[in-house]
Amino acid sequence: MTEQTDAFVLQPHTGSRFRREFGRGARSMVAAKWPILALLILLVVLVVAIFGPAIAPMDPNRQNIMLRLAAPMADGPNDQIFLMGSDALGRDAFSRLLYGARVSLLVGVAAILVGGTLGVSAGLVSGYFGGWIDDVLMRLGDIQLAFPFILLAIMFLVVLGPGLFNLILVLGIGQWVTYARIVRAQTLSLREKEFVEAARAMGDSTASIIFRTILPNIVAPLTVIASFNVASVILAEAALSFLGLGVPAEVPTWGSMLAQSRDQLIANKWWLAIFPGLAIVFTVLSFNIMGDWLRDFLDPRLKERS
Amino acid sequence: MWTFIVRRLLQSVIVILGVTLISFISLQMGGDPTFLFVSERASEEEIQMIREALGFDKPLYIQYLTYLMNVAQGDFGNSLSYRQPAMGIVLGALPATIELTLFSMFLAISLAIPFGVFAALYRGTAVDGGIMTLAMFGQSIPSFWMGIMMILFFGLYLSWFPISGHVPFLKPLFQGDFVTAFGNLPSSIYHLMMPAVAVGFYSLSRNARLVRSSMLEVLGQDYVRTARSKGISERAVVINHALRNAWLPVVTMIGLEFGFLLGGVVVIETVFSWPGIGRLVFNAINQRDISVVQASVIVLSVIFIALNLIVDLIYVRIDPRVKL
Repeated sequence: MTEQTDAFVLQPHTGSRFRREFGRGARSMVAAKWPILALLILLVVLVVAIFGPAIAPMDPNRQNIMLRLAAPMADGPNDQIFLMGSDALGRDAFSRLLYGARVSLLVGVAAILVGGTLGVSAGLVSGYFGGWIDDVLMRLGDIQLAFPFILLAIMFLVVLGPGLFNLILVLGIGQWVTYARIVRAQTLSLREKEFVEAARAMGDSTASIIFRTILPNIVAPLTVIASFNVASVILAEAALSFLGLGVPAEVPTWGSMLAQSRDQLIANKWWLAIFPGLAIVFTVLSFNIMGDWLRDFLDPRLKERS
Repeated sequence: MWTFIVRRLLQSVIVILGVTLISFISLQMGGDPTFLFVSERASEEEIQMIREALGFDKPLYIQYLTYLMNVAQGDFGNSLSYRQPAMGIVLGALPATIELTLFSMFLAISLAIPFGVFAALYRGTAVDGGIMTLAMFGQSIPSFWMGIMMILFFGLYLSWFPISGHVPFLKPLFQGDFVTAFGNLPSSIYHLMMPAVAVGFYSLSRNARLVRSSMLEVLGQDYVRTARSKGISERAVVINHALRNAWLPVVTMIGLEFGFLLGGVVVIETVFSWPGIGRLVFNAINQRDISVVQASVIVLSVIFIALNLIVDLIYVRIDPRVKL
């Protein structure tokens, strides 16, 4: 009996199929060229985020008032050099940049997990059950989208106070509607498909149908959204840190480094503004390129239009 | 038609109620909201007095209804730092923010359409590649960093544009002083240039991509082929037949785009010391001046909702396929 059930359920991740898909993905990536570069940049950011403390030449919070606002490549303490200069407190900008990768990536990924989990659950429930719960959830989403997100984030963070946890929570909640809408639409169409019908006829529990039969079939479009989403969450995190609503001041982030650079603009200390900005741009750009490529790869029909 | 308008209006009212509910909840989330409205040195009696004065000792639903009544009358309480009604301060800063939002919207849309059209017409060439690369970057650059870079390069290095300062246009206009308003206009635009480009670049990029893909889709349609085969000039085909249909998705996006721009404006104002709501919010955040933050967020949200409503109504007019 169970064997028969399995025949009806889509099995996306059997070994050989996975390997075949992987090979196809790698070839398409090489053909498109840019995604390879994006992947490399993201790997570098990931390595820096994980091993930042081991790579960083100096303590990112060590102040050197005597050596403040040093230019890039200037001599630092203990025969070291300030690769990217030092800030208004004489801290090494390069070390701070390396540490900053942690917060950006952590917030980006964690917020997507929070928002994705909330949104996917809401979308599955909405799409599968319909009725009043669908109405309530979707209207809630409408209300949230009718509200410029950054304002919502500002309002909550001012009251809750800045901090890593609050930041992730607010940015995550900001994303759920996107996932909920897509998952709902997919669930609505999958609900009527034969293999779902079959699972139901086999007496599978509702939970099993939703999570084991429907969910695996909507993972692909979700990865595309998630990729674009990480990009926009990193931008939002930088903006909130820039406004002073991010993580506590002693934790270096790219956004807060830019906020501090603003006071040094008139004095033309350009290096304080350029490097953290480039770090954000290239990270976000890479996620965007990956998202574009994933979308074309998973849905080749769209490629004709792009 | 009328049922659509009424339904859409009702929807907007519900959304505005939702916004007030969210802002009310946000006040309650940090525990006793009284502490948000008193200075750190306040004594226990003072705190109790303010708690009673603001009604925070009452049951939550009464608090919300009171809050709603006050908000409806534009009463957000006094600003902690200015010692004046928060609403008045926010409304004073509003014209500068509207100027910046509208101007960046104007730049973004008026450039996105030609960019998108050219990229589509010269698909696969260097023109297309150049525009799309620029657009890809545009969607990855934080607006405030763009602003900082523009200050460094066009402001300080080349000295082409002022790095701060604002010449009011809307304020005298609203006051009926047309001579001053239009006398100020050239200088207003000059000062608006850098902040507006910094905010609008993201929207410009996103919409250029949108116009391009929508143009490509339309150019493959039968009616475009028919128009060409009738011997109409390519220019007329592109403008009258293709573009008229291709820019509809852009119009749909304009409402949402406003929300995005308003958010960007809030951040960019602090970079250029632009005397609008964004800078006000930034200062209020640092002083934990809750009344001003709440008043700003709600005023901007209501504007955003109203704009969305207008865009939806216009959409019905320009796209005859929308049957109501």
